[in-house]
Amino acid sequence: MELFQWGTNPWGQETLIRVSWDLLYLFFWAGIAFIVFHVVYAAVWLPKLARANGGQEGAAAADVPETIERHTLWARIFHWVMAAAMLVLLVTGFFPIIGIQFAWVTIHWIAGVVLTISILYHIVHATFYLDFWSIWILPDDMDEAVQRVKRQMGQEAGEIHKHGKYPLDHKLYHTAVMLAGLAVIGTGLVMMFRIENVLVPRNAYLLSEATWGLMYALHGLGAVLFVMLTLTHIYFAIRPDKFWLTKSMLFGSVDRDQYLAHHDPKRWDVSKESTSKG
Amino acid sequence: MAVIRDKMPAFQLFQPASTEEALGVLDQYGADAWVLAGGLDTWDWLKDRVKKPAAVVDLGGVSELSEIRSLGGGLEIGAMATLRDVIRHPEVAEQFSMLADAASQAASPQIQNQGTLGGNVGQDTRCWYYRDGWSCYRAGGNICYADTPTAMNREHAILGASRCVAVNPSDTAPVLVALDAEMVVRNSTGERVIPAQDFFIGPAVDIMRMTALQPGDILTSIRIPWTFANTRFYFEKARDRAVWDFPLANVASAAKISNGVVEDIRIVANGVAPYPVRFLAAEDAVRGRQVGPAVAMEAGDIAINGVRPLRHNAYKVTLLRNLVKRSVEGAEA
Repeated sequence: MELFQWGTNPWGQETLIRVSWDLLYLFFWAGIAFIVFHVVYAAVWLPKLARANGGQEGAAAADVPETIERHTLWARIFHWVMAAAMLVLLVTGFFPIIGIQFAWVTIHWIAGVVLTISILYHIVHATFYLDFWSIWILPDDMDEAVQRVKRQMGQEAGEIHKHGKYPLDHKLYHTAVMLAGLAVIGTGLVMMFRIENVLVPRNAYLLSEATWGLMYALHGLGAVLFVMLTLTHIYFAIRPDKFWLTKSMLFGSVDRDQYLAHHDPKRWDVSKESTSKG
Repeated sequence: MAVIRDKMPAFQLFQPASTEEALGVLDQYGADAWVLAGGLDTWDWLKDRVKKPAAVVDLGGVSELSEIRSLGGGLEIGAMATLRDVIRHPEVAEQFSMLADAASQAASPQIQNQGTLGGNVGQDTRCWYYRDGWSCYRAGGNICYADTPTAMNREHAILGASRCVAVNPSDTAPVLVALDAEMVVRNSTGERVIPAQDFFIGPAVDIMRMTALQPGDILTSIRIPWTFANTRFYFEKARDRAVWDFPLANVASAAKISNGVVEDIRIVANGVAPYPVRFLAAEDAVRGRQVGPAVAMEAGDIAINGVRPLRHNAYKVTLLRNLVKRSVEGAEA
């Protein structure tokens, strides 16, 4: 298996073209392997582990409303627009590689522009209108991560508290998506100069051949990573024990019991007195 | 850069006697197999060592692929019929003289004796950047060397390009599209019939192929319906020299004309795009109208809508407009 695809330019020099499409199959099967592993893990191992504790007692819990808004309407619209754009990008980007041919370039760049706009919106929205830090991995999360690893290994881990608005796995996923997303969007915007489109004039000489190769390689790397990320995301979205989260992304809210079962009111304050932020 | 060498890379040579036998070999080798018809495109690729197939399947011994025969609905020409067979066949000359005309203008008489109709429509582009073995889009890379400000692109596309600007060089392909022909393709799983118009594909759909043929496929025959048999044909090829040259542009039209009025017409040009381009809007503009210079000029002007010439091929815009104009006016123009 090769990691990169190399070619020869008119000067006889070896040039980087892109990542090897072997990686597409590698990441696809890595995603499938993760899902299979998790299905087994969730069925066999997970029930044996102690659940996270804390959070149900105290004054904060008493003030929890019956319905808690988890995702605002605009946050949900962003999510589904981004998801649709991402699926279109994956289909248009990879179907031709696996042998399903169609005129994909125009659809691909338009979906890429939609994704870019939606991400820009998300950055502004999350920074100024949502609880910005709720999705980022913070020192507390690292402590929790260490505890969870210890618990998985059968060691004394102490009491693991419930999480705030987003659990550590969501934060990790968000970070991976952010990094892969920045890679594909950043390089994708530059690659617009290589194709016919109504936004930027074509200019194949904008970058050197080697830099173009790097752009294509980064774009491909981010894209194949998204294959795995998307597979696993869809898997978790349809898992029965996670479906309450998927429902909240559709309808916006979770009920009081779900909230108290999974979240720590001290780390995600949704009491009637608190603001609706986040 | 590819250099022509004395020796081709080693490959397994198969010389089947039947289509089934050939399909069996192709099925066995998949994308590593190369279908050899007349060899006029093939040997360049192999001697330049740009293409290195593991197996070459020579169809020269499959006699059933060389037949030309009348069917109920039209004429069926085996893909291995040579261009000379096509030129000399009485029914082709009588019913579809435009095809014989186009075949007689392909390359040289010697090549017409060796080259096949299937090979002529299935041949690869002549873009020298691609044929020299550099890693352009069509060769699986990420750049078109012909579409850069300093590129030698006099022969390249003014229409239909998508990243790659190479053109389809076939003389018979536009004729077959104009005649509404069907391409019969077989592989180990069965047979499919593809309209000629869909058989040729552009880089927007698949940047590494010029036709719908996939690994394992054989173009077995070409069926031309009687729809446009013995109607008014026009074929013209513009080229740098009078013989043994690929087209800078060519045009083929088949028209049903009654009392000077165009009842139906199909206008197709090649050498200006990565596939034979049919000018539907120009056809619509002409259909139902009296043939004349004004109508012909209008069709020519419509045909060049949306052209995007490169640095050295703007002349093709005028050339195309005039070819389409003349194809509407007809041979007497």
